[in-house]
Order: sequence, then C-alpha cells, then structure tokens
Amino acid sequence: MSVRTRSGRVGESARRVDGVPKVTGAYAYGSDLRAEHMLWGATVRSPHASARIHGIDVGDAARAAGVACVLTAADLPAARTFGLEFADQPVFADGVVRYVGEPVAVVAAETLAEARRAADLVTVEYEPLPAVTDMEQALRPDAPLVHELGNVLRHVHIRHGTGAEVDAEVWVEGYYETAMQDQAALGPEGGLAVPAADGSVDLYVATQWLHVDRQQMALCLGLPDEMVRVTLAGVGGAFGSREDIHMQIHACLLALRTRRPVKIVYGREESFHGHVHRHPSRSWIRYGAKRDGRLVAADVRLLMDGGAYASSSGPVVGNAATFAAGPYDIPNVAVEATAVYTNNPPCGAMRGFGAPQVCFAYESAMDELAAKLGIDALELRLRNAVQTGSVLPTGQVLEGPAPVREVIERCRSVPLPPDEPLVGRDAIAYPGGAGNVGRGEALKRGVGYAVGYKNVAYSEGFDDAAEATVTLRPSADGPVAVIRTAAVDYGQGLYTVLAQIARTELDLDEVVFEPSSTDSGSAGSTSASRQTTMSGGAVLGACRAIRETLGEGPLEEPIARTFTYHHRPTTGLDEEGQGRPHVSFSFAAVRAVVEVDEELGLVRVLQLAAAQDAGRVMNPQGAEGQVEGAAAMGLGLALTEEVQLADGAIRNASFTDYLIPTILDVPRIVSEFIEQPEPDAPYGVKGIGELATVAVTPAVLAALRAATGRPLNRAPVRPDDLVGIEPPVRSNGRAPIPDVPGQRPIPEYHGLGLGQQQLMKARER
Amino acid sequence: MTITTTVNGVERTVDVPPATSLLTLLRDELGLTGSKNACEQGECGSCSVWLDGELVCACLVAAVQADGRAVRTVEDLGQPDRLHTVQDAFVATGAVQCGFCTPGFVVAVADLLERDPHPSDETIREALAGNLCRCTGYSKIVAAVHLAAETAA
Repeated sequence: MSVRTRSGRVGESARRVDGVPKVTGAYAYGSDLRAEHMLWGATVRSPHASARIHGIDVGDAARAAGVACVLTAADLPAARTFGLEFADQPVFADGVVRYVGEPVAVVAAETLAEARRAADLVTVEYEPLPAVTDMEQALRPDAPLVHELGNVLRHVHIRHGTGAEVDAEVWVEGYYETAMQDQAALGPEGGLAVPAADGSVDLYVATQWLHVDRQQMALCLGLPDEMVRVTLAGVGGAFGSREDIHMQIHACLLALRTRRPVKIVYGREESFHGHVHRHPSRSWIRYGAKRDGRLVAADVRLLMDGGAYASSSGPVVGNAATFAAGPYDIPNVAVEATAVYTNNPPCGAMRGFGAPQVCFAYESAMDELAAKLGIDALELRLRNAVQTGSVLPTGQVLEGPAPVREVIERCRSVPLPPDEPLVGRDAIAYPGGAGNVGRGEALKRGVGYAVGYKNVAYSEGFDDAAEATVTLRPSADGPVAVIRTAAVDYGQGLYTVLAQIARTELDLDEVVFEPSSTDSGSAGSTSASRQTTMSGGAVLGACRAIRETLGEGPLEEPIARTFTYHHRPTTGLDEEGQGRPHVSFSFAAVRAVVEVDEELGLVRVLQLAAAQDAGRVMNPQGAEGQVEGAAAMGLGLALTEEVQLADGAIRNASFTDYLIPTILDVPRIVSEFIEQPEPDAPYGVKGIGELATVAVTPAVLAALRAATGRPLNRAPVRPDDLVGIEPPVRSNGRAPIPDVPGQRPIPEYHGLGLGQQQLMKARER
Repeated sequence: MTITTTVNGVERTVDVPPATSLLTLLRDELGLTGSKNACEQGECGSCSVWLDGELVCACLVAAVQADGRAVRTVEDLGQPDRLHTVQDAFVATGAVQCGFCTPGFVVAVADLLERDPHPSDETIREALAGNLCRCTGYSKIVAAVHLAAETAA
C-alpha cells in the first residue's frame, strides 16, 4: 500500500492514512486480488476429529471440468509440517487427521465453483479413531494420544513465597469456565500466489507477520527465503487469527506446480475451520486474606484446551499463568497451568492472549471475597493493588508505572447512565429488543467492576525486534518522509501513528508508505499490543538518525536511515516459575451497567466505562477506537460468543449461528486514559488494543450477578443460566498436575523446531 | 444465462451460471470489489448495494434477479477527491478501522439518511442492526452518522 497523507502529529487525532480508499471501496484486501489467467484454489478438509487415512483418490477430481491440479501430502516437495512455535502441523494430513477441518488436499481450477466441485470429488478413505474432545479427558491415563509426545502441550508451575500453604483468616474458592471464542474478523482468509519464471514465488496475503509466514512457507516449499517473497494485502481485521499459516503454503504449492497465479479465499464456514480460536479454559482459584481484606495467598489451577496442534498455546498458557493471581500484591502464590492437546480445533492467539480467561476467574473470586469480608468490591481491590516496586508472582519487580488505583478511581468517577422508566419504553430499549415479549415487569439493573492487566510485546526471553527504514526526500513542496516497514496494519491504525511520529520528528507534513513486504527486515508480529512500541520505536530511531545528519541548508539529496528497535530483555521462567518474563505491563478497570429481564434471561448492556493505563496516547481518536472495539469483543465473550463443539466438530460456523455483537448489543462505551509514560519506551507508550477485552467480560458477569443474585461462573452467560434453568457449571475436582520435564512447551523437549524464535536467532547470526 | 443489468449507470450484458449471486457477479465478473463478501448469508451487510433503489444484501440476490434492473454500489457513491458526506464522516470520526465492513456501512447509512435526514440514536442503531463490525464497537459509527446528517443539512 502506498499512501500520501498530510496532517497530524503525535498526540493529535490524525486522520487514518488509509481512510479514503477504505470508504470508497478501493482498498484491496486479500480476498479482492486477481491476476490474468488466475486459478482458484479450494481445500478438502477432514470430517473426523481423529482418523487414520487409508487412501486418497484424487482421480475424479483431477478429471473434473476446469481442474488444473490436485495436491495431497504425497506431493509435498520438502518439509511436511509447519507451525508458529513448533512444526507439528501437517501441510496436508499425513496418514492421520487430528481435528475436524484439517486440510487433506487442495484443488486448483479455472473458477471457484469448479474448484469447490472438484474438492467434493476427492475421495478419502478414513478409519475413525477414538478422539479426545475434552480437556480434562486429555489428562486421564487412558486417554488416546493426540500426538506421540503425549497430550500435555505445556505445564507452567509458579511458586511465590510459600505458595498456597498459608494460614489465612478467610478463604474463598471458585471454579470458572470460559468458552472457545472466534476472532471473527470480517475479512476472510485470502491471498494470491504468483509464480515467477525462475521458480520463485510471490504471495500477496492478509496476515500479521510477513517474515514468520515466509519462514514456514520456504521450508515447506523447499525454496531459499529469497525465492519466497511475501507482500501484504489489505487485512480485514485479525485479532490473532492470522498469526498462523492458513492458505499461504497451499496457494504457493499450487502456483509453483501449475505455473499460474492461484487465489485462495475462505468462505465464512471455512474460515471458522481455517484459523485458531481463543482457548476454552477451566480455572480453580482460591484467595486467602486477612479480615481487613489484605490478600495473603492465591492458589490457581488452570487448564486450557490447545486443540490438535501447538500454534501459540505455549506462550498463551505462559501468559495466563503469570497473570493468574491478578494485579494484586500477594506474598504467597501457587499457580499450576496446563495446556493440553485434544482433537478439538487448534487454539492460539486471540486479543488478550491468555489474560482474559484468568481475569474472569480472579475478578470473579475477588467479588466473592469482598462479599465474604463485607468490604466494598472496589475498596478490596484498592487495598491490594500492585504499584511500582511490587513483586509479581514470578519475582519480576514492577519497574514502570502501575496506576491501578488511578484506573479504578477514574473508572468509578464516570457518571452512571440515568435511570429509565421500566414501562412504556420503545420496544428496542428492552433487553432483547423487539423480541422481548415482556414490558419491563421483570427488569433488574446491575453494576459490576473488573480490573485486569496484561503485558506489552513478546515475553519469556523472546527478542521480537522491529526494523524500519525512513527516507527523507526533497520535493518541490518541501521534504517528504518515506516509510518502509514490514509491519502489518490490520486496522488498528499503526501506519497513521507511524506517520505522526515521522511528521513530529522530522517537522514535515507529507509521509509516503512503501508497500510492506519481506524485501525489508522483519518488524515482528502485529500482536501482543506491541507495534506502537516496537515499530514506533524503529521509525522514531530512524528519524532521529536522519536528524543527526541534517545540515543547516536545504535538503538536496535523499537521506535514508534504517533502525532496529529492541525492547528491554526478558527471561524465561526457572523451575519455580521465577524470572523476568515480561517487558512491561498495562492495567485497566472496567465498569459494566446491565439490565436483565429475569423471566426471559435477556440482557441489555447500558454502559461500559473503561479506564486504561496507556503510557502516552498517540492518537486520541484511534485510542478510543481500540478501547471501544476491544470492549465489544469482551462483551461478546460475556454474552453470546461461543464456538460450540460436538465430538470435536464446530456446530455454529456461520454468522447466523455464531453471534458477534451487533450495533444493538453494544452500548455507549466511555473510555478514559491515564497517561504515565513508560520509561525507555518511545514517547512513553504502552499497548492499548487488548486490555478492554480482558476486563470487560468479568465486569459484565459481575454486573449480571449483581442484577440476578445468581452465581454465574461461565462465560458466555446463556439465558438459561440467567433464569436458573441451568445451574452453575460444576467442577469434577481440580485437574491433576501432569508430570513434565520442565517449564518449556513439551514439543521443545522432543526436538521440534522453535518456529518464530528460530527466525529471530537466524537474523542475529 | 445472459442478463442485462445497469450497474452504476452503465448497461452491462453478462453471461452467468444460474446459481451466481449478484455479489459474485459484481466482484468476480465486473471487478467491482468494493462490495465485500464476509458471511454469504445476509447476516453482516458487508455487501450492501441498491437494487432499483432498495437496499439489499447482494449475497442474497441471484444475479438473474438483477436482469433489467439497476444496481448501485459503493463505487458510485463518491470518489477520493469528492467523497460522499457519509464517506467523509466515516473518516473524520474514526469510524473506519480494518475497513472491511465500511463500504456496506457507508451504503446503509447513505440509504438511511435519504429516508431520515436526522435520525435519532435509536433509529440509527435499528437501521444498522444488519451490518456487523468487528473492530470499532460501533460508537464511532453512530458518531459518523450524526456528523454526516449535520454536514448534509
């Protein structure tokens, strides 16, 4: 994407650099691309959660009208597996399938309709095998093995102080579940592979990290990196769903085989099967406190369903473990967190990255504790909130600002929505809208709070550096900054912020972006709330390097500088879960005000108020947009969003059945920012895109409990839960702690590659 | 089947398989990719267009139903140097993030303002209940509608 834009410096609500092409429909997303003589690809997927493949007959498909090529595992030229962290996922099922939706073959044909018809003609002989479709089942000794290395994907153990062996005056204990959530980016997976005469290939694709895609693609295509060029296409949202490979390798294999451009775009149903989801979770949590409300112990057991392949389950459960005790100063903490392999669809990155699941558990437990102690729920949090200098359960000292008290106070100060008459409203103003057959007789209002925290950038020793090149160029209208970065803007407004930095640092108006591709150095992933810090730091560094070389006179020759930004180093976790795993942290407090129809189980959220620790707000309008969007996603997990599985198969793979919040479901969202600059981060920024998702879900659940008096312990809440038809979900007893060789993900002990971490190490060499 | 339809004021005669949707006709045959395919079930509104002046989801209309009728898409609404007031309002208020839902929203809002030049919050939300956005949380979309209404007045 090449764009020109003129106005807006750091701290201003600059207009989006890509706003105009997006409102006119000219912006080309991955699914909009086409080329002369292009073929369309379609994917054959497994209908079984676990099965052995005895044979694949592609004859009928290959002979079908318009078909140019059919590929299976037998046709792979090089590496047969890929993966973000560990190469455990087959490009095509290789003798077995491990989840419903696993790719078995791909077809390329002249039209999409012909490709899909031919895909239906591929005959696969399956022998169904017993499947593991429940995360607790996965840990039983008699459970079938999803992989030979066992069903434990990672177990993290954290001991702080004396762990849970403490004489507390008061204990509370709770069990909480969260469902599988889908990122549901509006733009489906899509891209176009174009072969070159020299045997190399170009891929134009909607993704989150070009270089880690290429790393996995090149190994599977059997090509050196430089013969695989990846260029960013327009990205219609991501939220974690595009971190993993989907159609990239398939399209390139087809293009290299047919010597024609190949486009693959998933439909919505296929999209649900074609990317990872948010891990479903089960949490057993105990808090111990003094009668004055001071926390003395936290004891957490967490289980997450990683599905059939590793994806980023390792770092997700690592993140969840380190945040599992909440943003509270607690001298004694014990955390045992496990991610397991099952034959469910793979889970991986989604906005919040392990933090939402544990925040739901610890904030629900904090409300229980407040009730038991007779202390106001916010007061209890204020008494225990971490601050700068606090020691976290990992032993990491909070070095930067930790304005937990400030976000709580600011959130509480937001005016509540006015009371509304119960009867005589417009139908749209009742819970459930016009579908509500009552007329206000059974309405109850409730208010709930939650506080959450999360890390910025990659953790546990991963140096996810970012490179950017800025060229200052003379022009008739004054100097122009040209920014070249491989960083992905998937909608959050990164490029706009980078342009603001260049304008501010170089004191100019016009900024031009070159297309993002693997021709420049890696910028790391657009995830983990990291790009404003990381690529912002890279552009800032390049601009300052240019400034150092500027003379007094007018600019005559272009000046180009490349800068690579590294965050502070982090460390892995030792055998007691101690270390310095995270770069920095940000905090948020959310208040939800809800109205429940107690007879019908319908909910209307009246207001969400979020106060967030932002370090520095670079673009107020963009920052608000991030909080509002993140809040809506947290509301979805609280009320409607659940990927429903039956024997490992997704039952609701459509927007008719998987319900993301509509404009009628999302209330007015008030966003407030606390700005306390993070030391040594560019402009003092912290990430802002994830926290509201983390804290909104428990805040909505707390409000629903306040309204109904019911002990709701599962997200999303269903109407049956709210009217009492369904009792709270019950625990089968704490899941056992598995026997593992250490804190690292299990595939690492079995010699499987380290995926994206290898990429970073290769660059250092 | 051969059909003749007027798209953005230009008469087009095309040969399409009977099961082709209007959305596929627009995107894959006529190259008008401003209308997006996000759900294929009429749930998300990303493919909103006008058919003889009526707002429809192009994914739910068979291409043959457009025979002899007029289709208007987002591409006809405004150009980069002269945006429609709704388009400009979406950019000005920050109602655009990933932008995938935006063309559908822009069309639906333009349609709403033609019928109701000064809609209330409730009217806006009801009118746009068939358009899904995953990025913005909708707050700034509501603001964009109000701004467009004020600008047009």
